[in-house]
Amino acid sequence: MRWHLSGIPQQVDVTTFRLVVDGHVTQPLSLSLAELLTLPRVEMVAVNQCSGNSRGLFQPRVPGGEWGNGAMGNARWTGFRLRDLLDRAGVKAGAVQVRFNGLEGPALPATPSFKKSLSIDHARDGEVMVAYLMNGTQMPLLNGFPIRLIVPGWYSTYWMKMLSHIEVLDQPDDNFWMKTAYRIPDTPGANVSPTETGYKTVPINSMVPRSFVTNFKTGDTVKAGEAVPVRGIAFGGDCGVAHVSLSADGGTTWVAAKLGPDEGKYSFHAWQAEVTAPTSGVLEISVRCTNTKGEMQSWTPNWNPGGYMRNCIETVVLNIA
Amino acid sequence: MIALNRVLFFGAIIGSCLALIAGEMAARAADTAPTTVTAAGVTLTSESVVLPGSAELFPGGAAAQATNANCLTCHSVEMVLNQPALSKAAWQAEVTKMIKLYKAPISETDVPAIVDYLANMKENP
Repeated sequence: MRWHLSGIPQQVDVTTFRLVVDGHVTQPLSLSLAELLTLPRVEMVAVNQCSGNSRGLFQPRVPGGEWGNGAMGNARWTGFRLRDLLDRAGVKAGAVQVRFNGLEGPALPATPSFKKSLSIDHARDGEVMVAYLMNGTQMPLLNGFPIRLIVPGWYSTYWMKMLSHIEVLDQPDDNFWMKTAYRIPDTPGANVSPTETGYKTVPINSMVPRSFVTNFKTGDTVKAGEAVPVRGIAFGGDCGVAHVSLSADGGTTWVAAKLGPDEGKYSFHAWQAEVTAPTSGVLEISVRCTNTKGEMQSWTPNWNPGGYMRNCIETVVLNIA
Repeated sequence: MIALNRVLFFGAIIGSCLALIAGEMAARAADTAPTTVTAAGVTLTSESVVLPGSAELFPGGAAAQATNANCLTCHSVEMVLNQPALSKAAWQAEVTKMIKLYKAPISETDVPAIVDYLANMKENP
C-alpha cells in the first residue's frame, strides 16, 4: 500500500476523529464520524490506480516506486458526495480549488506535508465522494481508515487516505505536491522522448484505457492446436469500456471479446474470449481496450521522466506443449 | 467485641481486594474492547496496526557509511536498493532532491560519498 510519508498513524479512534472543513467557506466545520455517516449516502464502483503503476516497465528506466502492473484495484465505495459536505460549509464566491490533507505526517518537520487539490468545479461535480466503506466494510487502516477521498476516473494521488482536512482555497494551490510533484508533460499520452526538455507540464489528472489478461501469464503452457479460453479485465480510464479486442497474430487480425456485467463506467470490466493455439511455436495474446470516448490503447508505450500513465497494449506469450 | 473487630477488619480487607480486582477487570475491558461509532445503520470500529520496522542497512561496510548515516531517516533501504541502475548524474539529482525538496538534513561534505555509493550499486546497462 503506497503512502507518501513515513509518519503513518498506527491507530485511529473513531470517537475522537474529526474531519475539518475550512478556508474560503461561510461556516467552518469539524464533523465527527457519526455526523458524516448521516450525510446522504452514495455508492460507486471505481478503479483506484497509482499514477506510477507499471513504472518499473518503462524503457529507458526511471527512478521512483518501481511498480509492475499491480498498483491498482477496484472496489465498491460507500460514503457521501463531497459536494454535499461543501454545501453544508457554504463555499464562498471566489473559491477556485479545494485542498485535501490526511493524517500521515513527515518524519522531519520541514518535509512538505502531503496535500492535493482539485478545482472547485471538479470537487463539486457530484461524483467526487468521501468513502467510509470499501466493498461493504470499513477500510483497513492502511487503505485509509476511517475515510478517504474518491476521485473516480483520476489517478490515486488525489484519493487522500485518512482524509482529515478539507480547505477551500481562493488562490491556486502551489504546495510542493501540486506544483512540483506528480506533473506530466502536457502532450498526448503524457509522452515525450527521453532527451526532450523545455516542455510545459500540468498536474496529472484523468486515467486512460487499459486491459489485461488475468488467467495466463507469460511462460504458461497451452496445448497445441486447442481452443484456449482467455479472460481478463479492462477499464476505460475516465469513462466506460466500449469494446475489448484480442489478437493472436501480432495485430494483423482482432477478435472482439465478450464483455461481462457493467458495474459502472469507472469500474473494472470483465471480459472473456477464445483463441486457438498454433500447433508449434508460441501463442502471443495481445489485448486492446477502446473506451466510450473512442480512445484506444496503442502498441507503443509512452515515456516521461516521472514514469506516469503507462497504458500500452499488453501481450502474454504462452508456450505450446 | 474483639471478634467483631476482627470480622470487620477482614471484611474490609476482602472488600478492598474485590474492589481492586473489579477495577482491574474494568480497565482491561476498556483496553481490549475497541471503541465504536454507529449512525445511519453503519458501525465503524477503531483500528490499529503494527507496521513492520526495517533494521536493514545499506551493504558494503565502510563504503556505505555516509549513506547509512544520512539516508534512513524517512525510508528504508528497500526503496533505494529497488531503483534501476542510474547514472552518477541521475543519482546526484536524486540526492539534491532529497535535500532541497524533502529537506533531508544531509551534510554537504557527505554528498560525494553518498552519490559514489549509489552510482556503484548497480551496473549501468
